[in-house]
Amino acid sequence: MSRLRAVIGPVLNRWLRLTRVRIVSQVFFFALFILAVWATWTSRLGGYPVSALLELDPLVMLSTVLATGYVYKLLGWGLIIVAITFLFGRVFCNWMCPFGTLHQFIGWLFDNRSATRRIEQNRYQPAQFLKYSILIVFLLMSAMGALQIGLLDPIVMMYRAMATFFAPIVDTALGRVGGATEGLGADGAWLDTLKFAPGVEHRIFVGSFWIGVIFLFFVAMNLWKPRFFCRFVCPLGALLGVMASKSVFRINRIVDKCTDCNLCLLRCEGASDPQAQIRQSECFSCMNCIDDCPENALEFTALRQDRKQALPYPDLSRRKIVFAGVVGLVGAPALRNDGRVNDENFSAKMIRPPGSVEESEFLERCIKCDQCLNVCPTNVLQPATLQEGGIEAVWTPVMNFHIAHCQLKCTLCSEVCPTGAIRKIEVAEKLGEGPYREQGPVRLGTAFIDTNRCLPWANQVPCVVCEEVCPVAPKAIQTYDEETRDVFGKMVILNNPFIVPDLCIGCGICEAECPVQDQPAVYVTAIGESRSENRKLLLRSRTPARPI
Amino acid sequence: MTNRKKYPHADYRGDYLSRRDVIKRMLALGGIGAAGTYLAFAPEDFPGSLRDHSGLRGMPVELPFQLRDFRVAPPNPAVQVGIGRGGDARTMLLKALDAIGGLTYFIQPGDVVLVKPNVAFDRSPNLGATTHPAIIDTLVRLLLVDARAAEVRVTDNPIESPADCFAKSGIGAAAEQAGGRVYLPDPNAFELLYTPGATLIEQWTFLRRPFKNVTKVIGIAPAKDHNLCHASLGIKNWYGLLGGRRNQFHQDIHEIVSDLSIMIRPTLTIVDGTRVLMENGPTGGDPSNVRDGNAILVGIDPVATDAWAFEHLLQRPGRLPDYLYMAEQKGSGKVNYEGRIRVIT
Repeated sequence: MSRLRAVIGPVLNRWLRLTRVRIVSQVFFFALFILAVWATWTSRLGGYPVSALLELDPLVMLSTVLATGYVYKLLGWGLIIVAITFLFGRVFCNWMCPFGTLHQFIGWLFDNRSATRRIEQNRYQPAQFLKYSILIVFLLMSAMGALQIGLLDPIVMMYRAMATFFAPIVDTALGRVGGATEGLGADGAWLDTLKFAPGVEHRIFVGSFWIGVIFLFFVAMNLWKPRFFCRFVCPLGALLGVMASKSVFRINRIVDKCTDCNLCLLRCEGASDPQAQIRQSECFSCMNCIDDCPENALEFTALRQDRKQALPYPDLSRRKIVFAGVVGLVGAPALRNDGRVNDENFSAKMIRPPGSVEESEFLERCIKCDQCLNVCPTNVLQPATLQEGGIEAVWTPVMNFHIAHCQLKCTLCSEVCPTGAIRKIEVAEKLGEGPYREQGPVRLGTAFIDTNRCLPWANQVPCVVCEEVCPVAPKAIQTYDEETRDVFGKMVILNNPFIVPDLCIGCGICEAECPVQDQPAVYVTAIGESRSENRKLLLRSRTPARPI
Repeated sequence: MTNRKKYPHADYRGDYLSRRDVIKRMLALGGIGAAGTYLAFAPEDFPGSLRDHSGLRGMPVELPFQLRDFRVAPPNPAVQVGIGRGGDARTMLLKALDAIGGLTYFIQPGDVVLVKPNVAFDRSPNLGATTHPAIIDTLVRLLLVDARAAEVRVTDNPIESPADCFAKSGIGAAAEQAGGRVYLPDPNAFELLYTPGATLIEQWTFLRRPFKNVTKVIGIAPAKDHNLCHASLGIKNWYGLLGGRRNQFHQDIHEIVSDLSIMIRPTLTIVDGTRVLMENGPTGGDPSNVRDGNAILVGIDPVATDAWAFEHLLQRPGRLPDYLYMAEQKGSGKVNYEGRIRVIT
């Protein structure tokens, strides 16, 4: 027995450590995250909780509660992370967060610094207060109705980058590989991009280059300072840090065992000074310092904590808090200076997905995670640029009918929205059928014909693709038919299209399919959208069967 | 002795380049130079010359492929269209197939069969905008079990999201449960098709991948009203194999539909009259626009099939759509179906 222990003991000591368990946990959550992004697609979305990681994010919960006053759908799950944090500290950051895992992995992969320099890199730096200021600014702006938390929340940021930047790259790469194997005589259909990659034929995301650049910037910053984003920027980390000040468990230094060798700093992820007074709100509970301590002078414990060896609270002076507060209070109204939200200067192209709530309420809810963009089967949903909604609405979902149309019997974007910016609706509600007959269909906008560019109207060329594809019954595009002699003397029948706004739901298929492709002769604008009373177009519907 | 201190490297012996080495280097350089000069300045027809005065070498050369003729001579040339009436979709399809001599006459064991339904829109089957999944189910099973086809493929290039259209029309599930294989149109699946004699699509991108090694082709079209060309029937169904910017063809819809009749020479053309979309086509959307046509047609002559369907399913007396006459002129069949049909009730 003792012999067995002598053989197995060192092996167990080497492998059965908390840090190993932590790595398993990190790989598990990272894989879960990628799986969720991959499964967010029309043929795979079999009721799986693909938005669960966003719903677990307590910052999403807190900021939407501040903005709207209530907890939407499953956002209460954030309390799970809150509870875990009060128990174990910021374990989320180093055990669960996929963005944190990515930072740690990149730091580990490219770290060729000497041990001395690594120890210096991992000391606490005063600038780490910055993330708390960022948190204060964002929370104050949320309370004033401008939810901008999604710009820097790690889960949201990573979702956005995966969905709009990396997914199309993977689509294309798979397509190329498929094409190449086909050239080699293999059956190319096995690498059909529509089966493997989550994508329509070729997905486009307007401006996603910049989403990728910002994401990759924070990843690359690990080469300069390890875990740069987590230590200095992350507002979710800051929120959890505040809670971690009161955590039951923490790293505790047993001072009489400590030889001040500083080896605990070698792989300290949070830069939380375990060699001196541990900064509880900075510590990620990664357990590396316990591994590295040659004297067993560090422990993760609830009992026998030495109060003199801990600095529980964030390093924030009153002056810093006041300054951040002023920035937050000024920030929210400043974002609205361009009047894109209020109804006087709203953009004709700010067409929101079906089920969206009224614009100012939308901006109180949308965290720009771009799950809806990822799930959209036609690719019509795009990250908004400055053009459509001003700075406040950047990367929120907007419909671009140049690219595709909103599919009639699809409400997937409303299924996956974690915050209720796109309210969960059923197909019957979208179409105004059954119990929703009284209120009529969801209208995204209204189509108009540009008779100066329309082939039959302006050029004596027969066309009416728009009327053919119009999906409502009766069709919202009707035609004046005329038989005329064209400029070359040939008799042609021209079906000149016109819009019946009472019937149009603004799905945009006419604009997407119009052969005058660069600047379509039929186009949809936001006027008449049913989510806003102020953007109504018609006084009353002329069709008794379908009310406006 | 004092000099030694002044030159600390006096004992040093370097590794010097020999005359031979220098000559070798110069010869190698000369060789590369001569080869380069030859490649750059040799006349265009010399072997290996890089010259390209006309610039034609840089033009992309995409070799178009041609589709083979999938037709099979019928057992009884007097029967060009078989029509089954009465009963459910399966019964009517069997009756119609019997009328033209049975499916096993047209499909031999080992054939790879491509089935082209109309899955253009994200609609449920009862709205009449897409082929009925029951017919796909029956046909795929008949092909695999009775006719012992080696493989049955089902494909279409819909207007809306392909994955959604195949799912919600019920056709994807029906085809796969019956043992067929669904091919979705991803961008690598298209190639340039050469159709001699076609006016508008002599060379056009075509959904090629599912057609590889295919020996028989069967189209299954719903009978639908169509605003521009009056009816979307068996021939119009082949539109769903085109890629590229196909929305410009509406500027001459009759020409393109008659072109489609020579683009592909199918083994059989089935017109699904179980639900006829009488108006508001080709999208439909309201069940009140749909009528029970109580017929399934299996045609060897696609033009005659469409002509009968236009008159009897869409119930439009008078002149047939122009594209049928144009298809007759292009030699795809005969508009006059009198005496060339066999109805089994």
